[in-house]
Amino acid sequence: MKIVRLSDHLVCPLGHDTETTLEAVLQGRSELRLHSDWQHLPEPVCASLFEPDGIASAFAENGQTDQGYTRFEQLAIASAAPAIARSGIDPASPRVLFVLSTTKGNVELLGGNGAGQSESVSPVWSAERLARHFGNPNIPLVVSNACISGLCAQIYAPRALQSGRYDQAVIVGADVLSSFIVSGFQSFKALSQQPCRPFDRERNGLNLGEGAATLVIGRVENADGAWTLCQGAIRNDANHISGPSRTGEGACQALKATLAGICPDEAAMISVHGTATLYNDEMEAVALQRAGLDHLPVNAYKGYLGHTLGAAGLLESVLSMHAIDRGVIPATRGFSEPGVSVPLQVSNQPRTTDKKAFIKMLSGFGGCNAALYYRKGGTQ
Amino acid sequence: MRLLQYIRVNSEGIWLNGRFSALPTGDWAEALYRQDGIQYPKFFKMDHLCRIGWMASELLLAGENDRFEPRTDRAVILFNRSGSLCNDTQYQTTIQDPDNYFPSPALFVYTLPNIVTGEIAIRNGYRGETSCYLLPDFDAGILVETSRQALQDPGTRSLLTGWVECAPGQSDDLLLCLVDAETEENWNEKNLLQLYRYGHL
Repeated sequence: MKIVRLSDHLVCPLGHDTETTLEAVLQGRSELRLHSDWQHLPEPVCASLFEPDGIASAFAENGQTDQGYTRFEQLAIASAAPAIARSGIDPASPRVLFVLSTTKGNVELLGGNGAGQSESVSPVWSAERLARHFGNPNIPLVVSNACISGLCAQIYAPRALQSGRYDQAVIVGADVLSSFIVSGFQSFKALSQQPCRPFDRERNGLNLGEGAATLVIGRVENADGAWTLCQGAIRNDANHISGPSRTGEGACQALKATLAGICPDEAAMISVHGTATLYNDEMEAVALQRAGLDHLPVNAYKGYLGHTLGAAGLLESVLSMHAIDRGVIPATRGFSEPGVSVPLQVSNQPRTTDKKAFIKMLSGFGGCNAALYYRKGGTQ
Repeated sequence: MRLLQYIRVNSEGIWLNGRFSALPTGDWAEALYRQDGIQYPKFFKMDHLCRIGWMASELLLAGENDRFEPRTDRAVILFNRSGSLCNDTQYQTTIQDPDNYFPSPALFVYTLPNIVTGEIAIRNGYRGETSCYLLPDFDAGILVETSRQALQDPGTRSLLTGWVECAPGQSDDLLLCLVDAETEENWNEKNLLQLYRYGHL
């Protein structure tokens, strides 16, 4: 049995659907801007943010009616509704699983002194509202594995489908920004006040971004030309809860496990995490070399979208599928001069490809790393 | 799959492989840490969720041979309902004060509920899968199914899995199990529910 993409949809400040967003990426555009008065933060923040009414309008464009949903929930639904409609699945079926990938969900509802709203702050609450919005009767699963959540969700759901319990899954990744999240990354001194520069010599930190993406997958006998989620793996560095491993241990092991039995040269590219922090990008370069993959083209999307946290794994995988469908390896925006210890095939120009597979990888707090191999048309 | 070890902790006490002991008063995890003479200073940097999950894993794994040898074949897959709400609340309270808008990064990292899986992985040298999932309630069926499905990764042969829940103003609620891929069907929904309800089989 194969696990294939049935449909997808994404919503981010660059576009309210996948094609518009990909077009913007291929044109080298970004909504990363320095916001000096956003949420009365003491420091300006360079981020990819929706306009104040951006999420509400994406939600309304899809013909959804408001039922007191929060900004975060509206965004999740705005990405899920068109994907579900196009997939042809019945979301109300007990054979459909809903999976929500998010790092902080509705955390912006935590009020002064942390008071109140504790029920609706929980991602579990939002996941249930999301599933019920589409009439789904099952208990939805929330994946909360820091920045790798979006890939973990795409590893969990295929496993659940392979077990036979479900036929299809709706995988939604979403995060919105709040002073809570921004302050945390600022406290780590991880943020750049300019658009980020993945793998560049001058890179000095990451940008945060808002966005959501939905992937609807199904279990089929024959992949029949569809994008297939072949295999993936999650591995821990067992090294540090907030610092990337210097040896890239977990990322290297996740890549090796993901590519067991697969010829990596079939892959058009490795879409890396590429946050543009000094340590993340160096760690990834070391991991790629150790896994014997440093000869493959590499791309990173953070220079267009920022780091979209729980949405990143979905947004970046969906964009990669559509880019490769067009025969393009998207440029790494912000990259100019190599700035990691291992020579990598990074480029600030789009490259063409006739290959029909790619690897997505992410790393996150807690020492976790994930990789997943996608191939169009199915078998290994 | 085979259930090897288990520990249940709730407001009534601790059941380690079915053997009951009373819960130390106050911070039970810290009391047990001191009582057992463990030397692991990182424990004191952890938030409450990490402390209770980590301490329960210490009790569960104490007797294992070659315990600290690095390994990739053991996954740590934990579930809860409230995520990192205890620490989130504290974090929000801290940044509410304009003088404290940039608190210590050590406080922010614990606003991610998967950190407890990382703390256990670091302590024990587990370089396998670590995952954290949230559910509306303890659900023995989903926990057992998820652990079975985790074996679809051929690198995973055993798991530390279970429920580690804490929320402001509520009692801690934990059930941690060590299970492996061997055929002995005592790892099932019925037994897991029995453990959650009664602390023993």
